[in-house]
Amino acid sequence: MAEAKTIIRLENVTKRFGKAVAVDDVTLSVEEGEFFALLGPSGCGKTTLLRMVAGFETPTSGRILIDGQDMSRTPPNQRPVNMVFQSYAVFPHMTVADNVGYGLLVEGVAKPERDRRIEEALALVKLDDFGERKPDQMSGGQRQRVALARALAKRPRVLLLDEPLSALDAKLREQMRFELTQLQEKVGVTFLMVTHDQDEALAMASRCAVMNRGLLQQVATPSDLYEFPNSRFVADFIGQVNLFEGTLTVDERDHAVVRSPELDTPVFLDHGVSGAHGTSVWIAIRPEKIEIHKRAEEAPMMAMEDAPAGHNVTPGVIRHIAYLGSESIYDVELGNGRRVRALRSNLTRRDQEDLTWDEPVWLAWHACTPAVLLS
Amino acid sequence: MSGAIKQRRAPAAPLEYLRHWPIRTWLVLVTVYLYAPLVTLVAFSFNNSKHNVVWRGFTLHYYALALQDSDLITAFGNSLTIAAISTLVSLVLGAMTALLLWRFRFPAKTAFEGALALPIVVPEICMGVAMLVFFTQVMPWPTSLPWPLNLGAIIISHISFSFSFVAIVIRARLASFNRELEEAAKDLGAGEWRIFRDIIAPHMTPGLVAGGLLAFTLSLDDFVITFFTSGPETTTFPIKVYSMVRFSVTPEVNAASTILIAITVLLTFIALRLQGTDVARNAAGGA
Repeated sequence: MAEAKTIIRLENVTKRFGKAVAVDDVTLSVEEGEFFALLGPSGCGKTTLLRMVAGFETPTSGRILIDGQDMSRTPPNQRPVNMVFQSYAVFPHMTVADNVGYGLLVEGVAKPERDRRIEEALALVKLDDFGERKPDQMSGGQRQRVALARALAKRPRVLLLDEPLSALDAKLREQMRFELTQLQEKVGVTFLMVTHDQDEALAMASRCAVMNRGLLQQVATPSDLYEFPNSRFVADFIGQVNLFEGTLTVDERDHAVVRSPELDTPVFLDHGVSGAHGTSVWIAIRPEKIEIHKRAEEAPMMAMEDAPAGHNVTPGVIRHIAYLGSESIYDVELGNGRRVRALRSNLTRRDQEDLTWDEPVWLAWHACTPAVLLS
Repeated sequence: MSGAIKQRRAPAAPLEYLRHWPIRTWLVLVTVYLYAPLVTLVAFSFNNSKHNVVWRGFTLHYYALALQDSDLITAFGNSLTIAAISTLVSLVLGAMTALLLWRFRFPAKTAFEGALALPIVVPEICMGVAMLVFFTQVMPWPTSLPWPLNLGAIIISHISFSFSFVAIVIRARLASFNRELEEAAKDLGAGEWRIFRDIIAPHMTPGLVAGGLLAFTLSLDDFVITFFTSGPETTTFPIKVYSMVRFSVTPEVNAASTILIAITVLLTFIALRLQGTDVARNAAGGA
């Protein structure tokens, strides 16, 4: 694989608004050709970070390098990046073609060349015959395409997207996710997207950065974020999770054991943790990775084949079932009163009738599924 | 079955106001009281009677008379000139003030915004007296200047009240501006001046048209303030009409007023047409 080239580099970027710290000492690199997502709850500083890359805010301290050049203080109209705004910000008094060509007009691109590039950009977003339309004659989804075409017509090094799908209805959002990724692959431009929607980030991005309270929490591929979160915040923010506080009692090269007062069973892991013995840790187990088995009264404890007997299996009683069609969510109460959430796909039509309320069950998980979190 | 029954109208829905008789009556009354005086004025401008009390037949004689009355024509010309100049200056000042208030933060901004509304709330008679005192005691305006410079005092006093209206109308228009449009233009490479020309000004246009129209009509029919600032050489149309009415109400006054009404209606019509279609289209061209 060719060596990836860094296109955006943030070095110790901090942004303060008065006393409030919006972005706190963020260091981050975005590679050329990536679809990079900045993910976090509202107010986490992701939008401020994007606006600093665009040039609408200047960092209080730290440097922003675009394509190797320090652009921390360069005004937005002189940066090789273009933005798709949350409100799309399509100029209402111009036709679609004039909107798309505006950046080129300002740049001084001659009319024949401009017309060619307008046509090219409109074709890219499948709005070929819409050039003469006015924005108020278009739907929200079409206006977004205009905004996309307008930004891409400038041939930016990086395309910035601020919550691109938040204003669309659910069905269209799904479709645009797919189209945006396709578009990105087609034009090969680096996309930097801000979103608060974890599904959106996981589905579209090649890499994500999770932010919270101005701090960068984790930068990883979507699957690594989901499977190997590095903190309780990330584990909880991305998808659903059952968290148990415990202590590390065994920590060998090829296995580890965590005991939690919240669980009746020790948690066996098929890998070492490299934490000190007796360290306080959190165990994170995703609901879909917990198996539910029927439990007969007085039956011997079931065992998982990849863990020693008595590990990774705990009895409980189903207290609540949420039927979601494709899957069901089971709220299971353990002996000590702790509720655990387990999820099961309804593979056959009988599946959801199989388990019922107040039914005694075994909850079990494989040794590879729990994630150990140190913070 | 359905064909056999004679179709009856559905009972009036709560919001179908025009189908309730009390509201209809109210509507008719309001219309009559609003427009009857105007209709009378226009009708009697064609009345073939010197004293203009009873209808004595149709004539255009008084229109001819009004158009031959050189004093009346001069006053009319003065009024239009004052209105045109004060509208233009008010538009420039008002637009700049509106932009200032919209765009920038500065000390005592709230006080400034409040003071802007003063000319609107201060009774006109007070404004008139204030102008009179100002132009006699503080800055006497020379009356011997050639036309239209001799209208300066009136023009200045008209600007002083109509620019507030213009500023407030444009300020309100700017409040609906999406700042992301400005950022988008900047992101696409435009500088401040270019953003103003291509993005902000087109958005302001309806406000400019509305504000200009307001300033023009306010100036054209202002009586009180003008009364205190005009001299014998600088009569405006309302003042002239007032002095004519003091002698007798002849159809000539009606005729002159009708012409004024016609001009105002025409201007409003043109302005609305501009606002609706051409302005938007021209602005869309960009360059």
